[in-house]
Amino acid sequence: MEKRTDFESIERSARIRRRTLKTVTYVLLTVWGLIVLFPFYWMLLSSVKSYSAYNGEYIPKFFTLAPTLENYREAFTAVPLARYFLNTLIFTVCTTAVMLAVTVLAAFAFSRLSFRGKNAAFAIFLSLMMIPAELVIITNFVTITDWHLRNTFWGLILPSVTSVFYIYLLKENFEQIPDELYKAAKVDGTSDMKYLLKVMIPICRPTVITITILKVIECWNSYVWPRLITDDANYFLVSNGIQTIRESGFGRENIPAMMAAVVAVSVPLIVLFLIFHKKIMDGVSRGGTKG
Amino acid sequence: MKQSNLKAWLYLLPAILFLGVFMVYPLIDVFIYSFEEGYNSASQTVFGVGWYNYSYVLHDPYFLRAVKNTLILVVITVPLSTGIALLISVGLNSIKPLKELYQTVFFLPYVTNTLAVGLVFMILFKKTAYTDGMVNLLINWFGGESVDFIDGPYWAKMFVMCFYTIWVVMPFKILILTSALASVDETYYNAARVDGTGKWRIFTRITLPMISPMIFYLVITGFIGAFKAYSDEVALFGTNLNAAGMNTIVGYVYDMLYGDSGGYPSYASAAALILFAIVLTITCVNLLVTRKGIRY
Repeated sequence: MEKRTDFESIERSARIRRRTLKTVTYVLLTVWGLIVLFPFYWMLLSSVKSYSAYNGEYIPKFFTLAPTLENYREAFTAVPLARYFLNTLIFTVCTTAVMLAVTVLAAFAFSRLSFRGKNAAFAIFLSLMMIPAELVIITNFVTITDWHLRNTFWGLILPSVTSVFYIYLLKENFEQIPDELYKAAKVDGTSDMKYLLKVMIPICRPTVITITILKVIECWNSYVWPRLITDDANYFLVSNGIQTIRESGFGRENIPAMMAAVVAVSVPLIVLFLIFHKKIMDGVSRGGTKG
Repeated sequence: MKQSNLKAWLYLLPAILFLGVFMVYPLIDVFIYSFEEGYNSASQTVFGVGWYNYSYVLHDPYFLRAVKNTLILVVITVPLSTGIALLISVGLNSIKPLKELYQTVFFLPYVTNTLAVGLVFMILFKKTAYTDGMVNLLINWFGGESVDFIDGPYWAKMFVMCFYTIWVVMPFKILILTSALASVDETYYNAARVDGTGKWRIFTRITLPMISPMIFYLVITGFIGAFKAYSDEVALFGTNLNAAGMNTIVGYVYDMLYGDSGGYPSYASAAALILFAIVLTITCVNLLVTRKGIRY
């Protein structure tokens, strides 16, 4: 009889311990979740407060009863935000497209074709992965200036194209396609190019999509290179636009309008992320870094 | 065979061209620049060859301040972010309901524009004539004094810088650690549980050793990333980081290259190579320690 109560009390205390541990875990995770989400909430909130309401609050309020879209109008009219968006879109689409073409061709050569010097060439490619961007950006700046490509899309795009890591990722994926498929296609008289486009890329579509998305994120957020190479506001990307807004602003300390611009800049990527979050997280965990 | 050789190189040609012009050539060139004394970009002339650029950079108070800032940032954020990420990942791994939601939310900072969100952080921490700002409100609630984190004392600015850096690097670390934790073989845990091993002991004796390669990987990439900090600081303190006293080594390189004090690619190259040397040394030391430290 005594033994049973003993057993019950042990079980009960274990249950309580488990439950407190679980609660503590959830509290911890929620706290971090709040820290992550709060800046997003704050920018959204500030962007719908009117200018006078925002500046009237010495102690900031956590909500607003009179939301307004006035700031968004201001953000798109007082500074050429739409222009920055268009520039970023052109830059992102072109860079990603050229990157894909270069990467697919190189990955195909490394994975499917046999040629002299293949291993040496691949080793050199891999070793280039360790070169930090900071080291090469100086000469690239001089090169692009010498080519008179400052303040042009070419100047923005060309040095941003290369990504050794993506070549490596795609090559690994291409190599998983069985050789028999290639031989069968050869027997049927399919050309290499056709085989690449009609067989390899469709099979490896998940990886191709992953590197596309990662590159799009990288392009959308790029700041350092565009800042070096453009000083004409007509070629600013959103990051530079945001920084200009921060430095010179809307002529006055118009923080709500600033926040509206910030929301507008953040939304496209957040939407992209919400749609593709599995693919993006998978791609990043396979070796993407944020340098 | 000859023809197929040619064809293969044709497929590689675009990649080789791009890498050659924008990576290999600059890599060689940056060394040359760093040894050319008194380089004038307008007339393309050089006085001589030597170590002067390095000595100039190493004696520049702005550079020394940048090194100090960067070192403080590295020393604080790398261990702290890795530790918190480990804590959060262990928490994430132990729950079932809402796990995916939490994971998605935690990853959000990775995909946002750091310049844009940095602006929000500035607003949250900044103290102006109109308002003390959100964070100061919190401090006041707990009975503290308002501090201007953006234009105020050095430690306050450093705090914001570290806080924002951790906020930005967390998603990557949490992601890597959760997948590392999830891939630990369940049988080890079952075996330990049969033996009646305590939770803490299981964590330190099984989980930690099993994921230690990933932790070391994160520490190394964390070091490299933190040493290259730049755009987060621009977002918080504006483009003139020297004026704010919060410049980083990379910021110094870019300032030397371009901007108000720019036009000195030689100094920029020397500073970039010094940075590269520091990062390379620390990475090698890390790798050596790692090779000794990993025990299964």
